[in-house]
Amino acid sequence: MATKKFMFVNRKAPYGTVYALESLEVVLIAAAFDQDISLAFIDDGVYQITKGQDTTGIGQKNFSNAYKALGDYDISKMYVEKESLEERGLTPDDLMNLVWEDEDDDYKEKSSIILVNREEMAAVMAEQEVTLSF
Amino acid sequence: MASLEINGQSIELDEEGYLVDLGSWTPEVGEALAKAEDVELTDEHWDIINFLREYYEEYQIAPAVRVLTKAVGKRLGKAKGNSKYLYSLFPYGPGKQACKYAGLPKPTGCV
Repeated sequence: MATKKFMFVNRKAPYGTVYALESLEVVLIAAAFDQDISLAFIDDGVYQITKGQDTTGIGQKNFSNAYKALGDYDISKMYVEKESLEERGLTPDDLMNLVWEDEDDDYKEKSSIILVNREEMAAVMAEQEVTLSF
Repeated sequence: MASLEINGQSIELDEEGYLVDLGSWTPEVGEALAKAEDVELTDEHWDIINFLREYYEEYQIAPAVRVLTKAVGKRLGKAKGNSKYLYSLFPYGPGKQACKYAGLPKPTGCV
């Protein structure tokens, strides 16, 4: 099967709407078809991968740990927009430790998070063949 | 809606035989789900089922077969981390079938 460059653009907070969870589901499906996948986290979307999420107060499932499994699905490119973090008073330290294992480098764990500025994000988006926005 | 009777309790199943309430799972429920499909669970089956439950506990998703295969290889050794072995235990597909007995939802992307 031909491989295409897919980008999933996440702009919404993880809870309150179903966008983040739906995006994650589609990402997992696309991964099952061996596509070249990257994720983008922009605007409130950066909250999707913050550490220490606790959903007990809203009675919803906390699915944030699922992002940690994406490395197992060979998803190793998670672009996070620097400006979006800064506008929300967040730093890269507020994000979960998301890694993938490099089979060609003795299964060394490498970070999947790639910090980019707005301009760089636009350039990465321009390279994509399929862009899905959530 | 289908259901499973166990120790006088009725456990709800969806149209494909997966648990509606994941919290209603016990090892006995796993046995009964397998028995309903004429499968006798061995220790080897349980290794995979327990592994799936731990995986779900940690990541909140049921892994795709490819991911399961890789992860089992890492955890239980190369001899078990291949699809031939997993299909010998779960001929209807390790994702689909083992997840059902483990009380997990059907893996995302599994058709």
